[in-house]
Parts: sequence; structure tokens; C-alpha cells
Amino acid sequence: MSEEAGKAYWYATLKLIACVLFVWFIVSYGFGILFADALNGIKLGGYPMGFWWAQQGSMYVFVALIFIYAKLMGNIDKKFDVHEE
Amino acid sequence: MSLQATIYLVVGLTFALYIGIAIWARAGSTSEFYVAGSGVHPVLNGMATGADWMSAASFISMAGLIAGMGYGGGLFLMGWTGGYVLLAMLLAPYLRKFGKFTVPQFVGDRYYSKGASSVAVICLLIASTTYIIGQMTGVGVAFSRFLGVSNHVGIFVGMGIVFMYAVFGGMKGITYTQVAQYCVLIFAYTIPAIFISMALTGNPLPQLGLGGDFVGTDMTLLGKVDQVVTDLGFPQYTTSTRISTLNMFVYTFSLMIGTAGLPHVIIRFFTVPKVRDARASAGWALVFIAILYTTAPGVAAMAKLNLHATVNKAVKGGGDLFAAENSIKYEERPDWMKRWEVTGLLKFEDKNGDGRIQFYNDKNPPAGAVAAGWNGNELSVNRDIIVLANPEIARLPNWVIALVAAGGLAAALSTAAGLLLAISSAISHDLLKDMWMPDLSEKGELLAGKISMACAIVVAGYLGLNPPDFAAGTVAIAFGLAASSIFPALMMGIFNKKMNKEGAIAGMVAGIGFTMIYVFAHKGLFFIKGTEFLDMFGGKANFFLGIEPNAIGGVGALVNFGVAYVVSKVTPDPPEHIQHLVESVRIPRGSKAVDGAH
Repeated sequence: MSEEAGKAYWYATLKLIACVLFVWFIVSYGFGILFADALNGIKLGGYPMGFWWAQQGSMYVFVALIFIYAKLMGNIDKKFDVHEE
Repeated sequence: MSLQATIYLVVGLTFALYIGIAIWARAGSTSEFYVAGSGVHPVLNGMATGADWMSAASFISMAGLIAGMGYGGGLFLMGWTGGYVLLAMLLAPYLRKFGKFTVPQFVGDRYYSKGASSVAVICLLIASTTYIIGQMTGVGVAFSRFLGVSNHVGIFVGMGIVFMYAVFGGMKGITYTQVAQYCVLIFAYTIPAIFISMALTGNPLPQLGLGGDFVGTDMTLLGKVDQVVTDLGFPQYTTSTRISTLNMFVYTFSLMIGTAGLPHVIIRFFTVPKVRDARASAGWALVFIAILYTTAPGVAAMAKLNLHATVNKAVKGGGDLFAAENSIKYEERPDWMKRWEVTGLLKFEDKNGDGRIQFYNDKNPPAGAVAAGWNGNELSVNRDIIVLANPEIARLPNWVIALVAAGGLAAALSTAAGLLLAISSAISHDLLKDMWMPDLSEKGELLAGKISMACAIVVAGYLGLNPPDFAAGTVAIAFGLAASSIFPALMMGIFNKKMNKEGAIAGMVAGIGFTMIYVFAHKGLFFIKGTEFLDMFGGKANFFLGIEPNAIGGVGALVNFGVAYVVSKVTPDPPEHIQHLVESVRIPRGSKAVDGAH
């Protein structure tokens, strides 16, 4: 693999990681902690919404994030032809 | 059949199952012992990782702590699941590509130094030993109830059994045994939760029931809990933050990066067949962990409501909480309270001499309580017993109570034994054989491993008699120690080509040093009661920005990153071949089978 392609591959990887980490941060630290009080005014069934993000919602998003990351990372590997045979 | 006999029967059957599978699987293939997971379907591998991960802290202790903390307890839930996202993206695939078996081996090679590797081993030992103290607290709770003895006797018995379990050892490495353990754990956790959710909300799924209506009323369940606890002087359940928003933030952060820094979790991803599998298997592990973790909030809130309803008839029946006849008579208390009194983890003291149980927050006594002549809270319930007592409180059938006991014992034993194995291999292999005594014979190595296991369990058991915190709280400290030392070193090793050995060593020492000083100032030198040195820092608890010691690992990690970065800037770059090594680790193609003796 050329040095240039290597750099592009690593850049694409870092970009994906940054996007996933952004969502990861928003749902837990954002919705679950920093904005929890404000969100508690909204009701999700019987759940105040800030409470729901802290004790339910963020966990569902975490699970989804890992599978999305694994899929997209697989695509990047194929695009740069560095995937395992 | 009596309750106690049912418990013995169910616990006996589950252990017979684990041992049976261990013998069967071992006869099938011996290589599986080390390369756990290769050739095993990723879904089964995820279950096995889940069993490894869910210890006494998750199973026995966590929901009880959430019940006590309310909304703030969410930090355990987010912290112990969010770390898997970091693990999947930042560490697992790269460590798999690197192709070594243990964390110290990676640190030693990447930082081209035995010194760095030794520091990593010592950090691991400190974090793992602290982790085991928390596990022993949980083991003590489970065994005291299981055998009907005091908590201290429970810990002594537990120490012996954990030691035997760990020496028998191989069971831990066999994936199918762990799959069976996961199944027992998850049934034991969810079945009572389903029963209780059904009874309180009419919805069998606790994840939905918690957001449903309290049965027979148009009030939400959480609204009902909020009302009961605030009437009794406790902070509102759905909004009570853990100390402060900043503290909760840092605590969650500490648990997340600690998750991605604990050796017994990381090691599972070293041994999957491919880099691609390392990414997905973190996802599957989290699926199976999330089944328990999303059930826990329901368990917590419902157990809290049931506990209050048990001692105060007005909670469910309506009427005046403070009317004398609504507090139950001590003489008429349910049998489960008598059983837990034996362990010393549930206590009643009749402060106003009326023979009835008053359970409320006497630090913020409601007006009604003062008027009714309540003279202080009379019931103390150790938070670590909530999950195990939960089916008894809800009056579920005996077989459910027995199943929960079996689950609690499995959780406590498997993780404690796994950690002991990690400690023994770190001392006998990574420290003695690789660094200090290279010509140690295999027999000597094995003996050293057993001796270090015995020492670790005696130390952990002794400290578990006077635990620094509830089981999950102590385990949180262990995560903080891992967060402040191991995670930054691993992450910078992959994401910063120019990170050198000087930076990594200085970072680890500074990070874990800062964390240990803060924790020991609050909890005593090496957790020994009476050696706290808060006075040196002005005598006030949580003196650093109001952050509690359990959460300080998050700050310690930042110290680690900062120190490492600065030191690496003023010391020579790592050699050329190390920088090439880092580049090759970043690319999946060309991954080989794992090597390196274990």
C-alpha cells in the first residue's frame, strides 16, 4: 500500500470514529447528563425523557453504534483494499 | 419442599451443569482452553464475554445502588455499557492485529521497553486486586444468604470456594461453560423482573413497565415512586443527581474508559479469529450485556417501591403514610426480613419503642413523621442485598428465589476466579518469568501463580470484611484505576505514532499515582480503615471540584494523557521500526494467528 493511500485510509478511519464518538457523546453525556433536567419536561410514556436517556436510551444507541461502525469500517477496508481475505 | 432445600437443589444443579459442560468440552478439544472463541460463533462468543463481564457488581450490587441513587444510578448503566463502543473502535481491532496475548506484552513491544511493561503489570495488579475486593463483598452477601450465616462467615466460606474454583481454573477458559453461566445469569435476573413488572404495571417487559402506569391507577409507576419517596423525605427518584452534574459526568467517563482498560475484558478480543470479528464481537457482547443492564432500572425502581410497601401499608393501600397502624409491627414482619437479619445486612432498631417499623429519611424528616412521633429511621437495608432479596420481597415462588441465588453465586464466583487467574499469570509469567527470573522452570511458574492467587484472595477477603464501599462502588474504583493507567497507554500506542516509552511510563505513573492518592486519602491507605489522610488536603471529602473518589479515575486519565504528551515532546522520538509497527497495526490485512506464550 502506498504511503498516500495509507494516509487516506487512516484519515477515513479517524473520520468515522469521530462521527460515532459524536453520537456516543450526545446521547449519554448530552441527553443523559448535561441536558437531562431540560429533557425531563418531555414525557416518553411514563418516563421523563432525561431519565430515559440515562437509564435506557443511551444503551440502545450504544449497541446500534457498534454494529454501524463495524459495517462502515468494513466498507472502508474494502474500498482501500486492506480487508482480510 | 422448603425454600432452603429448593435453593440447595437449584444451586447444585447449575454447578453440575457447568462442571458437566467443562468436562465434555475439554474432552472435545484442549486447544480451546487458550484460544477461547476461535471457531465459536460470534453470538456464542458474545454470550461468553457477557458472562465474563457480569460480575457480582453488575448482578448483585448494581440495581440496589440504582434503587438508592435514583436517576444518578444511570452513571453505572451508561458507564459500563458505553465503554464497549470505545473498546470496539479504539482498541479491539488494533490489539487483535498486533497479535499478542496480554496487555503487558503489547505495552512492552510497542514501547520497546521492559520498564513500560513492568509498570503496566503493576497497574494491572492494583486495579485487579481492587476489583476482587469488590467481588468478595458480593461473594460475602451471596454466601451469607445462601448458607444462612453472618456476612463475615459468608466471606470466609466464599474465599475458600473462590480459591478452589480458580485453581480448578480451566473452567474459566472454556467458552461453552461461560455460555451456560450466561444463560443461568440472565434467566435469574430477568424472570423475577418480569414477574414483578407484571404485578406492578401489567406489562411483562420491565423496560416498558418502568415507563408504564402503576397497576389499578392512572398514575405512572415512576410518578408513584417519586411520590412515595418524597413523602418519606428522600430526594425525588427520577431527578436525584449523583452529588453534582460534574461528578456524574466524570464518574460515567471513568467507568467507560475503565471498561476499555481492564485486562480480562480486553483479552477476549485478542483471541477472535479476525480483525473484522473483533469489531463485531464487541457489539454482540454488548447486546447480551444490555439485556441485563436495561432490565436493572426496572428492578431498582420496583424493588424500592415493594420495599416501602412491605413496611408501610399505605404505600399500596393508600391512606396516611404516617398513621400508626400503617407501619407494620416488627413482630409481624415477613419471613424474608428474618432471613436477612441473620446475615447482619438488614437491621431493625425500635427507636421510638412502639414495636412498629418506621422507614424514612430522618436527615430530612417530613412534617408528618415528626408529628406522628417518629424518632429516627429504624430500618437499615444494605444496598447490596436488594437484588437477592428482591424476589422474596415480592413474594415470588420458591424456585424463583432459588434461581436468583444460583445466578448471584455464578456471577460472583466466575468473575472473581477469572480475575485471580489474571493476577496469577501477571505475577508468575509477565513479572517473574519474563523480567525477573527468566530461567524459572514451568513448575516454578505454576507454583508462583498459585501462591500469588492465594495471597491475592487473602488480601481481598480481609479487605472485603471492612469493604471500602458497596460491591459496585469498590469495583468502580478498580475501573478508575484501570482508566487512569492502562487505557491511555494503549490508546496512544495506536493513535499516536510519536508516543515514546518515556511518555507512556510517565503518563501511567502520574495517572495511577494521582488516582491512588485521591482514593486512599478518602478510603485509607490500601483501603485499610483508619489510615485515611484527608487532613493533608484540608479535611474535606471530595475536595477536588466536589468529585468523589470512585469517580476520580476519569481525571486521572486526563492527567495521564497530559503528562505523556508533554514528556514525549521533550524526549527522543521512538525508533523508526516502532513507528512502522504502529502503521502496520492500523491496517487489518495480514493479521496472523495470535502468538506469544501465555
